[in-house]
Amino acid sequence: MKLFSKVLIANRGEIAVRIIKACQEMRIKTVAVYSDVDSKAPHVQIADETVNLGDPTPSESYLNISKIIDAAESVGAEAIHPGYGFLAENPDFAQACEDSGIKFIGAKPEVIALMGDKIKAKKTMEKADVPVIPGYHGLRQDISTLVKEGKKIGFPLLVKATAGGGGKGMKIVHSEEYLEEAIESAKREAKSAFGNDSIFLEKYLDRPRHIEFQILADEHGNIVHLFERECSIQRRHQKIIEETPSPVMTPELRDRMGRAAVAAAKAVGYTNAGTIEFMVDGDLNFYFMEMNTRLQVEHPITEATTGIDIAKWQLRIAAGMELTLKQHELTQRGHAIECRIYAEDPSNGFLPSIGVLEKIEVPTGPNIRNDTGVETGMEITSYYDPLLSKLIVYGENRDDAIDKMIWALSRYVVLGVTTNIPFLRKVLEHKAFRKGDITTHFIENHFKNWTLSKDGLPVDALIALAVYDSMHPGREEVVRYKEADPHSPWRHAGRWRIGV
Amino acid sequence: MDVIESHINTSSKEFKENYEHYERLVKDLKEKIAKAAKGGGEEKIRLHKSRNKMLVRERIEALLDPNTPFMEFNPLAAYDMYDNKAPCAGIVTGIGIIHGREVVIVANDATVTGGTYYPITVKKHLRAQEIAMENNLPCIYLVDSGGAFLPMQDEVFPDREHFGRIFYNQARMSAMGIPQIAVVMGSCTAGGAYVPAMSDETVIVKGTGTIFLGGPPLVKAATGEEVTAEELGGADVHCRQSGVTDHYAENDMDAIRITRNIVENLNRPEKTRLDVTKPEEPLYDIKEIYGIIPKDLRKPFDVKEIIARIVDGSKFHEFKALYGTTLVCGFARIMGYPVGILANNGVLFSESALKGTHFIEICCQRKIPLVFLQNITGFMVGKQYEAGGIAKDGAKMVTAVACAQVPKFTVIIGGSFGAGNYGMCGRAYNPRQLWMWPNARISVMGGEQAANVLLTVKRDQLWRKGKILSEEEEKAIRDPILKKYEKEGSPYYSTARIWDDGVIDPADTRMVLGLGISAALNAPIPDWKPGVFRM
Repeated sequence: MKLFSKVLIANRGEIAVRIIKACQEMRIKTVAVYSDVDSKAPHVQIADETVNLGDPTPSESYLNISKIIDAAESVGAEAIHPGYGFLAENPDFAQACEDSGIKFIGAKPEVIALMGDKIKAKKTMEKADVPVIPGYHGLRQDISTLVKEGKKIGFPLLVKATAGGGGKGMKIVHSEEYLEEAIESAKREAKSAFGNDSIFLEKYLDRPRHIEFQILADEHGNIVHLFERECSIQRRHQKIIEETPSPVMTPELRDRMGRAAVAAAKAVGYTNAGTIEFMVDGDLNFYFMEMNTRLQVEHPITEATTGIDIAKWQLRIAAGMELTLKQHELTQRGHAIECRIYAEDPSNGFLPSIGVLEKIEVPTGPNIRNDTGVETGMEITSYYDPLLSKLIVYGENRDDAIDKMIWALSRYVVLGVTTNIPFLRKVLEHKAFRKGDITTHFIENHFKNWTLSKDGLPVDALIALAVYDSMHPGREEVVRYKEADPHSPWRHAGRWRIGV
Repeated sequence: MDVIESHINTSSKEFKENYEHYERLVKDLKEKIAKAAKGGGEEKIRLHKSRNKMLVRERIEALLDPNTPFMEFNPLAAYDMYDNKAPCAGIVTGIGIIHGREVVIVANDATVTGGTYYPITVKKHLRAQEIAMENNLPCIYLVDSGGAFLPMQDEVFPDREHFGRIFYNQARMSAMGIPQIAVVMGSCTAGGAYVPAMSDETVIVKGTGTIFLGGPPLVKAATGEEVTAEELGGADVHCRQSGVTDHYAENDMDAIRITRNIVENLNRPEKTRLDVTKPEEPLYDIKEIYGIIPKDLRKPFDVKEIIARIVDGSKFHEFKALYGTTLVCGFARIMGYPVGILANNGVLFSESALKGTHFIEICCQRKIPLVFLQNITGFMVGKQYEAGGIAKDGAKMVTAVACAQVPKFTVIIGGSFGAGNYGMCGRAYNPRQLWMWPNARISVMGGEQAANVLLTVKRDQLWRKGKILSEEEEKAIRDPILKKYEKEGSPYYSTARIWDDGVIDPADTRMVLGLGISAALNAPIPDWKPGVFRM
C-alpha cells in the first residue's frame, strides 16, 4: 500500500509540528500553511514547503476553506491533515477536500456533520444501545414544553445550547423554581452566541468525571479502542490535565466502556481516529456525551501507554491501509499524564496572556515528552488559542508519573508571558489529586480565587538572579566611587539586616 | 599596632551566666523587631496585597542592590506607644545602596493606619532626613500615606519639628545638591502631596499612586463634583496633564526599576578618602561581649575587652594609657577605616575629661572619625572635685565634642547618665548615628541616685517643719521614683521615642559602625574649628 507523497497540514502550533514530524518519519513531504504573524513559527520552519495565508484573523487564514484548498492544489498535496480545532470538525471542509480530489485525513463529512449535531448524535447512540444521559433533545422548543420535560428528568438539571460549546448558553438548575428563568436566559445567550436559541435538557450528574475512549477505525470495517483517558481536570470547561489509565477504572468497566465506544463508532460507520467522550458519575455509571471526530489534544498519553503512534495511523488509514492492530493484542502499560501549558493567568480568571516569549526552555529527561509549537522570541498574539505546548510524562505507575510531572513542571522555564505552570504544579501537588479523588468540578472546588503566592523566591530563581547580577553590565558601579572607598562594607558585607 | 590581650575566662561560671542572660536579651530584641516588622497585621497585609501593591519591606528589598545591607533606623519606633497601633511608627527608614551608592530610604507602611503620620512617625521621617543631610545622601521617598494622623494633629502639624519640616528639609536638601526622589506607590493626600511635589524627580504607579491636595470626599463636599481618586490625581493625570510626576510606572516593580535608573544617573560626587586598609576580623569572637557585660548593670567591666572585640585585628593604639584612666582613648580600625575611640572605664574625673578633649582635638586635626562607647555614671562630684574645676574641665570635653565635625558615632553599651552623656556625645551632640545595646540604660541620673536625691530634699523640708519620715513613708516616696526610672531608662522606651537610632545586638556593632562610616564619607570632613575652651 502506497502512502501519500505530500500532505498539507491545515493547522499551526504544536499539533502542526507533531503531524509534520510524523510525516517526516514516514518520508512524506509536508506543506505548512501560515498566517502573517506565524511566518517564523516552528511549524513553518520544519515543513518542506510553505504557503502564506495572509491576514492573521482566523477566518481569513486557518479557518478559510477556499484559501487552504487553493494552497493544497497549488503545491499538489494529495491529502490534508486538519489537526484539531480550526477546520478539523468542519464537514464543509471535509466535503470541499473530497470535491477537490484531496484526501481529508479524518472522518467522512457526513459523520462529522452527524456528530456535530449533539441531539442527532445522542439519538443515534441511543439506537445503538450506547447509554446516554437522560434528557430532552426535542424539536419543540417552547418554554412550557421545556419546563415540563425538565421536571420529568429531575434535578439537578443541565440546560445547554444545542449549538453550544465552551460553556456558553449553559445553566445548571438545582430546583424547579428557577427552571423557567434558566431556560429563558440560556436561550437568550444561545441566540446571541450562536444565532440559534435551540437548547436541550439533561440530567446533571453528581461528582462527574470526564472519561473518554480513543478509537481507531480503518476504511475496511476494523475498529479498535486504545483504552481510556481521564480528562476531568478542566477549567472553564477546557481540559488542562489528562491522564491514563483513569484512577477509577476497573478491567470490567474498561471492557464495557471500550465495547460501547467501538459500538458507537460502528453505529455511524466511523473511520480514522476518533474519541468517544463519556461522563461517569459517582457510582461509575457512564453515559455517552459526544464524539470528537479528530485527533485529540491529549492523544500523546495514549501513545505513551500503548506504544501506538496515533498520528501515523491516521495517515495510514487515510491512505487506505488496513489496521493491523487487534483489540486483544492491545495493552496498557504504566501511567501517563499530560499538562497543557497555556499562556494565561490563573490568578486572573485564566485570561490569555499575550506578549513576546522572551524565553522558553522545556524540561527533558527519561520518559518526558514535549509537544511544542513555539520558541524563544516568538510573539504570542490574541489571534489564536494560547496553548504554548504540552508536557507529557510517563511513569511506572500513577504516583511515579505525578512525581515526574511535578519535577518537570518545576524545571519548565517560560519568560515574557504569564503561564499556568505554577497553577498546574499546585494541582499536581494537591492531596485530592494524588488520591485520584477528582471530578470535573475539581478546579472550581479546590482552586476558586486561586492566586499565585509570591512569598519566598524558589532557590532556582535566586541562583538565576545571582548569575544575572554577576553578568549584567548595567549593574557595574561607578569606578571613582569604588576607588575612594575600596573596602566598603556596603558592597562586601552581603545581605545584612538589623535584628535579623 | 599592638593587640589587646584579653583576660576574659570564657569558661568561667560568671561568663556563662552573663552569656546566657545576654542571649535572652538579644532574643527578646529580635522578637520585638520581627513583630514590629510585620506592620499592620495579617488582615491589612492581605488587603494591601489585594490591591496589587508590594509590602513596604518588599519594596525596599527590590529597590536595593541585591545581596547588600540595609541599615534600618528605629525598627522599634513607637514601641509600646499609641496602644501599639503603630508598629515601626508606620514608616521604614534606613540607608542602603543602589548602583553602589548609599541612599536614604523613607518608606511609608500603608498597612499601619493607612501610612498616616503619628508624632513619632514625623520624628522618624525627620531623623532620616537629618541623616541624609549630614551625610550628603540622596533621599528616596516611597510614598504610600494618608498624611497626618488627624486625631493627634496638635502633635503632628503646627510646631517647628512637625509635618511642615519634611518639606522644608526637602527644599533645603535640594538646594544643597542632595537629590530628592519620590516614588508614589499609594496615596499622597493633602500635605503628603508635597512630598512628590517638592522632589527633584518623581515616579508614580498607575492605578494605585494618587496625588491630590483634596481627596474625592473633600472635593465632593466642597464643590459637589464627583470624581474618582484615579481621575483626580492618578498617574495619567500627573504624567500627561499636570506634570506633577515625571515617570509613569505600570506597577510597584516597574516603579522600582525606574527609580533605580534615576539613581544610576545622579552623578554623585566622589567620596571623602580616608587612609583605609584591608578589613580584618577581631581576634576574639564579637559575641563574647555577651559574657563580658555583667548581668548587674552596676558592676564594672573593662571596656578594653569590648574594644578588643570590635576593632580590626583587636589592634588598639592607646593614648595616655596611664593618665585619666577612667576614660580609655586610642586609635584603631573598624572594617578598615581609621577611628578614634573614647570609651568609659568609670566615672569621669578632670584628668579623664582633659585627656578626652586632647584626644578629640587630635582626631579632628587628622580628620579621623570618632567612636564613643558610652557607659557613664557622670562626672565626679564632691568638694575637692568642684574646687579642682571639674565643671570647666567637663565643659572642655563637651565643647570639643560639640565642635568636632568629623563623623561621630555613639554606642551606649551600659549606663548613660547625667552630663557624662553630653561629654560622651549623646543625642544632643549630633552623632551621625547613636545606637543602644539592649542592656543599656539612659536617664538624667541613676534611679537609685534620683530616689536618694529626692528623698534627701523631702527629708530636709520636713525636718525644718520638725517632722521625720517613717520608713514606710520613705518607701512610698522612693518606690515610684525607682519604678519611673526603671521604665523610662529602658532602651525600648528610648528607641520608641527616637532618642537613638536603634537598639542593636552587640554582635552587630562593628557592622553598624563600618556601614555608618562608609556612608559618612559621602560628605566632606570640614577643618577643625573649636569654640573657646575655658582654661
